Amino acid sequence: MVLFGIGFTTLLLQKNMIKKVIGINIMDTAIYLFLAAKGYIEGGIAPIVVDGITTMEHYINPIPSGLVLTGIVVSVSVSAFSLALIQRLYKEYGTLDFDEVVYQLRNKEGD
Amino acid sequence: MAGANRLLEAIINFAEGEDIDRTLIDSGTPDHELIDQSFINYNETSVGERLHHMIDTHGERIFNGFYKAASVIICLALSAVLLMTVATLPPYASPNNPAVNEVAERYLEQGMAETGAVNLVTGMILDYRAFDTFGEAAVLFIAFCSVTLLLHGSSSVRANPTVATRQKSVVLRCVATVIIPLIMMFGIYVILNGHLSPGGGFSGGAIIGSALILYSSAFGYDRIHAFLPFRTATAISCTALLVYAASKGYSFFTGANHLHSFITVGNIGSIFSAGFIPLLNICVGSTVTITMYGFFSLFKKGDL
Amino acid sequence: MMFFDKILLLLLIVCAIAAAFTKRTLTAVVIFMSYSLIMAVLWVLLESPDLAITEAAVGAGITGILFFTTLRKVDELGGDDNGRRK
Repeated sequence: MVLFGIGFTTLLLQKNMIKKVIGINIMDTAIYLFLAAKGYIEGGIAPIVVDGITTMEHYINPIPSGLVLTGIVVSVSVSAFSLALIQRLYKEYGTLDFDEVVYQLRNKEGD
Repeated sequence: MAGANRLLEAIINFAEGEDIDRTLIDSGTPDHELIDQSFINYNETSVGERLHHMIDTHGERIFNGFYKAASVIICLALSAVLLMTVATLPPYASPNNPAVNEVAERYLEQGMAETGAVNLVTGMILDYRAFDTFGEAAVLFIAFCSVTLLLHGSSSVRANPTVATRQKSVVLRCVATVIIPLIMMFGIYVILNGHLSPGGGFSGGAIIGSALILYSSAFGYDRIHAFLPFRTATAISCTALLVYAASKGYSFFTGANHLHSFITVGNIGSIFSAGFIPLLNICVGSTVTITMYGFFSLFKKGDL
Repeated sequence: MMFFDKILLLLLIVCAIAAAFTKRTLTAVVIFMSYSLIMAVLWVLLESPDLAITEAAVGAGITGILFFTTLRKVDELGGDDNGRRK
């Protein structure tokens, strides 16, 4: 949760756009850590069946694991797409600073 | 009193849609700033012009300090709120959590018999919850399409063709000839053994994608363009998604409880068991591979 | 072994704060890759090997490479001119 706060603040208040993308990633992985920790049962091992034991008390909960697996892949897709956007923005406006881009946009609309 | 006045002006300016940075700065400036503007007539200039002048002279220094303080305060406040919320949840890692209910029990106890997968997580995401995995593969495909849209025209290879045929360094080439077959074999092993050991489609696909990236970096762009041009890559990706949809989508038409496929659950523990799961793993793995390699190639060269 | 995961969590927080506060973008990306690796070790401690393999391959590998190519395109790699030519 602390990690979520750090990631969110990085996303919001860093002017450099690449650091914003790093902030998004930190926020995502913090949430996955939280979800996977919800599925952990003390004394359980990984959900791969050994020796034919299929009782519930032997393993951890497998459901959050599936959810997080999807989440990791979605996170990398979002990062790749936003990095492509950053490349195009750089070509268009010549700067990586988010405030500069807004400033130029506003000036362009005014003229 | 002047501070309260300025705060009120800041609120009014914000309501009129002005820049939020300036309103934030305005509420924090000390009183002696106004003395600097003695050459500006107080009654004739508007609030906006006085604000602009104030920012031009002193704004940046104040803004930087304010920025750092505000970031730390926001971070601590958000973390405190979230931690207070989390503290009311059931205790960590106890077997009596409400999240461990009969759904998990059914997956664990009858998962191996019904799906034939020894790895219960893979069996769950590719048999019980195959639709979610299909959505995720679709997300990857859409991301690949949008990155292609954004970056496809800006090819740096056609601009200067010497970049593509430049000889790479010797160390990279020697290491790559030894390592790439090993990485590809490991990736294929991880994909095919998704239902017997940890791994599955996504990690295996990422591993083979990394092997392709290494090949493209070490041997230049021409050699990989010979067997994987843009058309082949999109064909593989689309075919994989369509095969996935066709193999799991028939249950929409034959009834909701129709989990059994015509490929039976074989010997539990051998590779070609578990119904549809190896096929789905291969489909997902190929989609992930093409997407990862496509991202790298579009980012680096602007062309696939 | 009991507080190995507490140490790792503390290291995660340190990595995250360090990635947010460095001046150069290149160091932030490298610290982010190490953050991803520590996260992969944490998945193993939480008994989910699938997530560990996927996070190690995707987070530290693919995302790092994409960041580096983007940095090269926007000319923020830094370093002297020797690294630019070849």
